[in-house]
Amino acid sequence: MSSKPRQPFHQFQGTKGYIASAPLIDAVNCAIALERPLLIKGEPGTGKTLLARHVSEGLGMPMESWHIKSTSKAADGLYVYDTIQRLNDARFGDGDVKDVRRYIKHGPLGRVFAAQERHVLLIDEVDKADVEFPNDLLRELDEMRFTVLETGDEVVAAQRPVVIITSNNEKELPDAFLRRCVFYFIDFPDVPLMKQIVDVHHPNLDATLLDQVLIKFYWLRGQSELRKKPSTSELIDWIAALLRSGVTQQQIEQHLPFIGTLLKTEQDTDALASYSEGGGAIPRKWSDLGPQFRQ
Amino acid sequence: MFFELFYGLRDEGVPVAIQEWMMLMRALAMGQHGSSLDGFYHVARACLVKSETYFDAFDRVFARIFKGVEGELSVPDQLLEWLSDPKNFTDLTDEQRAMLEELSRDELLRRYLETLERQTERHDGGGRWIGTGGHSPFGHGGEHPTGIRVGGQSQRKSAMKVAEERHFKDYRTDETLDLRGTQVALKRLRQLTRQGRPDELDLDETVDETCRNAGEIELVFRPERKNNVRLLLLMDVGGSMDPYYKPVSRLLTALHAARGLRDFRAYYFHNCVYENIYSDARLLRSSAIPTGDLFRQLDERWKVAFVGDAAMHPHELMSPFGNIDPRRETETPGIAWLQRIADHFERSVWLNPDPEKSWRSTRSTAAIASVFPMFHLSVDGLEKAVAALVGARKVA
Repeated sequence: MSSKPRQPFHQFQGTKGYIASAPLIDAVNCAIALERPLLIKGEPGTGKTLLARHVSEGLGMPMESWHIKSTSKAADGLYVYDTIQRLNDARFGDGDVKDVRRYIKHGPLGRVFAAQERHVLLIDEVDKADVEFPNDLLRELDEMRFTVLETGDEVVAAQRPVVIITSNNEKELPDAFLRRCVFYFIDFPDVPLMKQIVDVHHPNLDATLLDQVLIKFYWLRGQSELRKKPSTSELIDWIAALLRSGVTQQQIEQHLPFIGTLLKTEQDTDALASYSEGGGAIPRKWSDLGPQFRQ
Repeated sequence: MFFELFYGLRDEGVPVAIQEWMMLMRALAMGQHGSSLDGFYHVARACLVKSETYFDAFDRVFARIFKGVEGELSVPDQLLEWLSDPKNFTDLTDEQRAMLEELSRDELLRRYLETLERQTERHDGGGRWIGTGGHSPFGHGGEHPTGIRVGGQSQRKSAMKVAEERHFKDYRTDETLDLRGTQVALKRLRQLTRQGRPDELDLDETVDETCRNAGEIELVFRPERKNNVRLLLLMDVGGSMDPYYKPVSRLLTALHAARGLRDFRAYYFHNCVYENIYSDARLLRSSAIPTGDLFRQLDERWKVAFVGDAAMHPHELMSPFGNIDPRRETETPGIAWLQRIADHFERSVWLNPDPEKSWRSTRSTAAIASVFPMFHLSVDGLEKAVAALVGARKVA
């Protein structure tokens, strides 16, 4: 990586708290250099949202997040005109009602544009909103400016923010929107990368214990009957639960304690229970999982 | 070479346009790729491909075009180890084993690249292509002992190896290609009405009322706008409908994803609706529901959409006891049942997956088209059907 000639400023290299693969770092830097939004997709729990926080930390830029809900409208991200407050003030004589600007409240996008400093803007779970939501933001994200209709003021970004958008793939995103983004798909981490990730959260974990935990984890993920596969963040929680309860290595070798942290639906827990009752074996070695996990 | 990549991607159906291409060119001009094929692979993918479903196509095109750029390619040692030890191949006949032994290292590599080149789609099972579950020497999860992933677990993979591994082939779902078109068409399937509890602040009215009240604040609430469309879907299954499994399932997927509908029910029938419809596509007797129940339970505001090819023997449609299944008999001919449905509900449509020009030549299709407005099961036809269901009423 070090041999690459790149611009000296605003270079993301990963942080201590976040293990990013080289291609991901490439994609982040590409988006920063091109001043394009970075669209991150991937399974839930692969650290999409976390990435934004660590990009902001790594670049030393403040961060603003906009968490999208099914009711979110694109205009809310720009500004909200608080009519009720103004009516209230008019009625009770508080403040200067003539000044409309007092009642214009910037949303996350508006705040980032108006700020003097370059920000990282996280637009989280963009697929939660209406199908047309991303299209409504096209111009604002392209030109990094918008007009406040009530006052005629134009808000122009002093510094183009680093925009990071995450999607859980619940809806297809419109082509016009995709065309403007740099895209990265966070694949599920493989074993060596997973070891690094676990190490960040639980440093100095006993190597054999870690192996046992990961064998069980990847085995569970390989079961196609499961309705919801456990994800990285659930693995971290599981290890935390195991460590706190002081489970020994022998116990974990044969059982799956605190399975509730990994499996979140009743059907999955039942399926596993009936599997063990039926005498199904829980793997103990990497080689039990099949040739692709050969160490 | 670069343009080959661009057009290669387009040929594979990856939606790449000039805009993405310019983005990549800018990134390259800035040196984002770090003058390495590795970096180029990642930067090109990030700029050109916007969905993981196309990663596999990208890998294939990339491998084809940049083959040989890095000089000697290394085949994973694991694979060679496996192949050099015929004892591993327990399931093979002696003859096959002998043939495999004859393959030299170079020959193997050549065949691998060749296969990769010729392969144009995802492949599961079979004996030649790279994919899963087969017995070709390449791929993974197959019965051939080389059911090893092609590619190692090394930390820093070279771009060529990453591309050739075609790690993303599992994400290909060509079916989703047109899902958005369907979804967008279905989005129009709505009639927004304000009904129920007033819980949304009506800003304009509030300002008006407050002014009328001489500045004394008067809050006005109204019910939220909600979609009032209830949809009843009746689907023909089996027989002549089998070839249309894909478009029909795509429509179903889109309907289930369209959370906006106020109510949605789907029932199944075979060829024509008679005294029973079925809540399960297998048409089991246990899932039978009297068709008359529809009239009792659903009022005329429900929108009805049939999906079926409407092609059957005229006898099945017109004659008493016409049901093709001899165990189920009703004296009322199918066309009468259809007419009852058309009469009971205000708006109904028939979506036909058969090409439009064949409709008139099939007698049963023509008869049904005289009862229901018929549309082709395509995005365009769907748009028209939706307009017929919720659009302005045509002047009769």
